[in-house]
Order: sequence, then C-alpha cells, then structure tokens
Amino acid sequence: MTSADAKPFPHRHLLGIEHLSADEISALLDHSDAYVELNRRPEKKLNRLRGRTLINLFFETSTRTKTSFELAGKRLGADVINMSVEGSAIKKGETLIDTAMTLNAMQPDAMVIRHPDSGAADLLSQKVNGSVINAGDGSHAHPTQALLDAVTIRRRLGHLKGLTVAICGDILHSRVARSNIQLFGKMGALVRVVAPPTLLPASIERLGVEVHNDMVAGLKDADIVMMLRLQTERMKGAFVPSIREYFRYYGLDREKLAHAKPDALIMHPGPMNRGVEIDTEVADDINRSVIREQVEMGVAVRMACLDALVHQKLERPTDVAAA
Amino acid sequence: MSDRIAYINARLLDPATGTDGPGDVLTIGDEIADVGALFGGGLPDGSIVIDCGGHCLAPGLIDMMATLGEPGREHKETIATGTRAAAVGGVTTVIASPDTRPIIDEIALVEFVERHAQATGQVRVLPAATITKGMGGQEMTEFGLLMEAGAVLFTDGYKSIVNAQVMRRALSYASNFNALISHHTEVPELVGDGVMNDGETATRLGLSGIPGIAETIMLERDIRIVELTGGRYHASSISTADSVAVVRRAKDKGLRVTCGVAPYHFALNENEVGHYRTFAKVSPPLRGERDREAIVEGLADGTVDVIASHHRPEDPEAKRLPFAQAAYGAVGLETLWPISLELYHKGLVSLLDLLARLTLGPATILGLPQGRLARGAPADLLIFDADTPSRIDAATFQSKSKNSPFDQRPVQGRVMRTVVSGATVYEQRS
Repeated sequence: MTSADAKPFPHRHLLGIEHLSADEISALLDHSDAYVELNRRPEKKLNRLRGRTLINLFFETSTRTKTSFELAGKRLGADVINMSVEGSAIKKGETLIDTAMTLNAMQPDAMVIRHPDSGAADLLSQKVNGSVINAGDGSHAHPTQALLDAVTIRRRLGHLKGLTVAICGDILHSRVARSNIQLFGKMGALVRVVAPPTLLPASIERLGVEVHNDMVAGLKDADIVMMLRLQTERMKGAFVPSIREYFRYYGLDREKLAHAKPDALIMHPGPMNRGVEIDTEVADDINRSVIREQVEMGVAVRMACLDALVHQKLERPTDVAAA
Repeated sequence: MSDRIAYINARLLDPATGTDGPGDVLTIGDEIADVGALFGGGLPDGSIVIDCGGHCLAPGLIDMMATLGEPGREHKETIATGTRAAAVGGVTTVIASPDTRPIIDEIALVEFVERHAQATGQVRVLPAATITKGMGGQEMTEFGLLMEAGAVLFTDGYKSIVNAQVMRRALSYASNFNALISHHTEVPELVGDGVMNDGETATRLGLSGIPGIAETIMLERDIRIVELTGGRYHASSISTADSVAVVRRAKDKGLRVTCGVAPYHFALNENEVGHYRTFAKVSPPLRGERDREAIVEGLADGTVDVIASHHRPEDPEAKRLPFAQAAYGAVGLETLWPISLELYHKGLVSLLDLLARLTLGPATILGLPQGRLARGAPADLLIFDADTPSRIDAATFQSKSKNSPFDQRPVQGRVMRTVVSGATVYEQRS
C-alpha cells in the first residue's frame, strides 16, 4: 500500500488553508484527482483507513458537507459516526467542549467539525488526541471547500497559477471566501472580491485581494466566477435593501457574465438561492457551470485530506493507479 | 505595641508635591504624621521601624474600577479574595463596580458592600452605585441618598446608557450633588455582534468587528451633554486614538471631563487575540497599534487622568469557549502596577506621572483624602522596587480567577509592601 514517493505531511489537523504550503496543496490536489477516478468505479471501497474511527460532529445543519465526509470516510474503510448537535437547547460552546471531551474518550482517529462560531475547530483541536478537520467554523474557514474548488478548476483548466478568480457576494460572512482567498493566493492566482460595501469585511484588501463594488469591473476577463450564498435574513434591509435590488446589481446573469472570459467557469459552494445571487439559466449552463462537479470533487478531496491527516503522510492511493 | 511606625531609608515619591528623593515617613495610627528627612539616619524613639532599604515609597494605589464578585458572583471573586489580590498589587483603595447580582442600585445594597468589605476586605473598598436602576438605562437611581450611604461614583459598569435623554437628565441631576458619572461609552448598535476590534485581524479570524466609532460617537455625545448640563463626567475606559483626541478637546474647552484607561489598552493591541485567545477578549476591545500609542501619549501628557485595573474575574467555563461566546474581561489587580511600570521603563511616562494616574488622579476626581503623602492623610502606602525583573504567573494570583492576558509576561518591578490605614496588608517574602 505504501508508495515509495510518500512525503511527510506534518499536520495533525486541517483547521485552515493558512497552515498548508503550496506544495502540500498541490499534492493534496494530485491525490484528490486519483480519488476521483476511484469514485467513478463501481467498486469504490479502499482499506486505507480500515479500523479507524471518524466522527462527524455538526453543530450546524448541513447536507452536502456531512454526506461528503461520511462517504469519504466510508470509502476509505473507516467506521463513521454522525453527530448532529444543531438546535440544541444547551449553550453551544459548552456543548462543544463537553462533547469534545466525551467523544475524545472514545478514541476517534479523526473528528470533522462544523460550528457556527469562528475558532471552534481551533478550540476543539486543543482538546482532542486525534485529527480535527474543520468543515466550516463561523465566518473563518472552510478549507476542504477551497481544496475542492481548486481541484474542480484544475481539472477543467489544467492549472491555477495566473488565473483571475472573482469571488462575488456575501464576503463578510463567508468562510468559503476566506479559505479561497488564501488558497488561490498561495497558488499564484489573482483573487478579486466583488460585493456591495456592506458585505465586505474591514481591511479585506490586506488579505491580498482586489476589491470591487461593481460586478462589471469585478468580472472583467475573469477565468472563474465564484458566487456565494446570501442568506435571506441578511437581505431584508440589514445588509442590502431587497432581493430584487441585490439581484439587479450583484446577481449573476448572462449580461454580467458576458464581461468575464468567454469560457469562464461558474462556481457556487451551495446551496444556491436561484434568483438571488444566481440566475437559474446560468447556474444550469452545462458548458460553464461546474457546480455539480464541485460536489463530486468534494468526496475525493475529503478522502485525500483524511488519508494525509490520519497517516501524516502524503501518499498516492496506489491501488487506484493499479486498477 | 506602639502605633507609631517609621518607614526609613526610602525613596519618597509623591505626585501631589512632585517629591522624588530620599526620606522617611512616620505614621501614627491610621494617619500619616510626617513626611521628609525626618530621622537624619538616627532611629526614632518609641517607634516600630521599617527599613525600606532604598526602595520607593509612594501613596497606595487607588483603583477606580474593579469587579469584586460580591454579591452574586462568589465563584469568580469575593471581596476577601479580590482585596487580597489588591493588597498584593499595591492597591489600597478599590472602587467596587456595582455590576453585581443584585446590581448595586439601592441604599441597602451600598451598605451591604460597605459592611461586607469592613468585615472581610484587606484594603479599603468604596462602593460605586449604578446610574440607572437595574442598569436598565432608563430610570435614575437616588444619587443623593446613595452618596450619603457611601457611593463614591455612579456607573452602569460595562453597559452604556443608550438613551441620550436619560444621560442628559442623569448628568444634569447629578450636578446637583456634584456626583461623578462614570460611563462606558459604546453605541450598542455599532458594536452589534462584534467581539474584537474591527480590522484586518478580525477579518482574517472571521470574527465580527467592533469599530472605533462605536466608542467615539458615544463619547462625543456625552461631552455635548456635559457642555449643556455642566455635570461631572468620567469616561471609564477609552481605547482609541480618536477618543484621546476627543477628551483632549473637551479639556481644552474647560469641561469637567476626565477619562481612564485599562492597562491592556496601553500594553497590548489586537494582535494579542492571536488564534482566538479569549483572555484577550475585553471591553472595549484591544485596538490597533496606533490606538495603543495614542493612549500612551494621552497618559504622558495628562489627557488620560486615570489608570484603572478594570479587574473583571471570569472562571474557566466563561472563557473556554469559542471566542464569540466567551465572556469579556481580564483580571488586573495584581498586574496593574507591574504593567504600568513598563511605560516608565520604556521612558514613555515618568514615574511620578505614572503614579499620579493611580493615586492623585483618582483621588482628585473622587475627592478622597488618600493618594498623597501628606500629614493627616490616611496611612495608605505602597513600597515597591522599580527594577527587579520577574515574570507574571497567573497561577500564583490571589484572585479566584486567573483570566489574565499578561500571564508569563516578563516585567520589571514588584510590590514590596502594601500598607492600609497604617497596617501592613502585604509584604513581599524572598
């Protein structure tokens, strides 16, 4: 099972992109590619994590991320337990620490956490012995989403360096945006953020991005148009006055998309609000929208991450290559 | 046993007179009887002699804002543990925040704090009462009667009075009794769900930011009201460069406006939050480096009148949480003087000016007789060594709570002895 070119992966946890080097990111993307092939075979199961235990600990509702991690763990042969704690009457933070200590006593090899508070995954990682994978903490980070976005793009366009990536919408509350800004920055892409001023966090330009308030300028000659979800409760006068005004100026439709490169890819981390941040026609454009591919890549990327973290090695899944 | 104590061989430091030189202090009972070159090297007859060994002798520190936990939060702090921490920190007078459970807004409650402090306190505890009943921000408390009961200032703790009309009436009515209104200035709507300073660090961490204007707008509003009403106003804790400028302008206009700062606002900046360190979560939040520098300038030029510990004990359960959910606050009684001394060692504020912010400054604002080395003043003394290096160790704190952002910080200078009413309440052993 062990390939000769295995490299050490000196990380126990995956809390954010900032801890990964460009080389490590590239290697994770390479391995994700291999897992994509595996996932397309009828027989999908490996035994790289056989006997290992993975706990999915979700303090926020999630369908696709939870399913994606569950499948990733199972396809690597791990035993997977799902715990959903959202909507609990107990104060969430107490639940986090208490739950972490309890679960840790059961000797899981890896814990996947999603939590509404920024820093929750960091906090959990200080309390447990196994690996912690951040599946989204508040507005802070969602590293596997950034990695799956990168794999999706690389498979379509062949590279990341030199691309112009326009991230549009609710940057203020978006952990996906923050992780993508870091990842694409590290990989040599130009990142733009496009949003009304009320949806941009303070000093965002200090993160090394171009800041645009206008979609036409922001999308100009972009290779990638990445739309973010805008939660409905933020559209009723709090951050933007209305859905129709938001869609008029910041919703992705054919007209605005025309300013991007003709073959620009359309991405969305899901779930989409059709008619709010993205027009249905654009979202379903089979030539340009890679939104469904993103979901497929999610499983592969999480397999690559779980394998690297649990073994602390970057190893090509050799039996995939052999198949 | 004699009630005459001679403190000899000291370097006397008294901001009230500008004294900085060798000398002695004689206390009789609970008062200072004499100050100066009293004994010419010869030992006074009939006195207990305490040789200061050349260390500094200054008035005991007056802390204008500390939460002592009682009543209602005894698992975090009690008057006994809080005042023991004060004694270790060289603090001889503590103004107890009224933000307790129940909230101190009634005469009986002020009297409870006084009685309890008499019985269990190691240093002087002076009660503060709230500006509004239940800190609800609506109905004024009985300023006159509460003052008669012993309340030395009025504050709604870490809560701001949002309603400008309430603040206007409070300042106006308070002027009737020359009562001091001490206010935490933050517009709650601008704080919103913010938990740290707004800016690059918050953006990176995905934490909601509190903009500096949340503080400045409320402060400017208050100063307009002071101008209108002629009340006596103290901004409890300012944190931004803009606020320093606003207070400076108000003072230039001759308004009765003073302000205080907490040590973390001149010793730390927002970077201290690092990776979600909840011990660095304080209110108002740690700001940027330029703000920190402006606070230091304000302390040096006298715009900032007071350094107060803003001691806010929290148990681990309130701090071992995701940053947004963690409680605000840091303990500070035992680090107040060593952290303040950093400004002296860096050459930014003179030793006398620094002492003034912790003795004469608050004493003048509160109209207290202590805070100076004068005949007839209360015998509240701080003897300290300004230079010996050490490391802050929260594990050794007398406070029940250990939530200090300064844990393990190297410091220079330590308290050698703390004297309250002529009696030693703390002595450094080593």
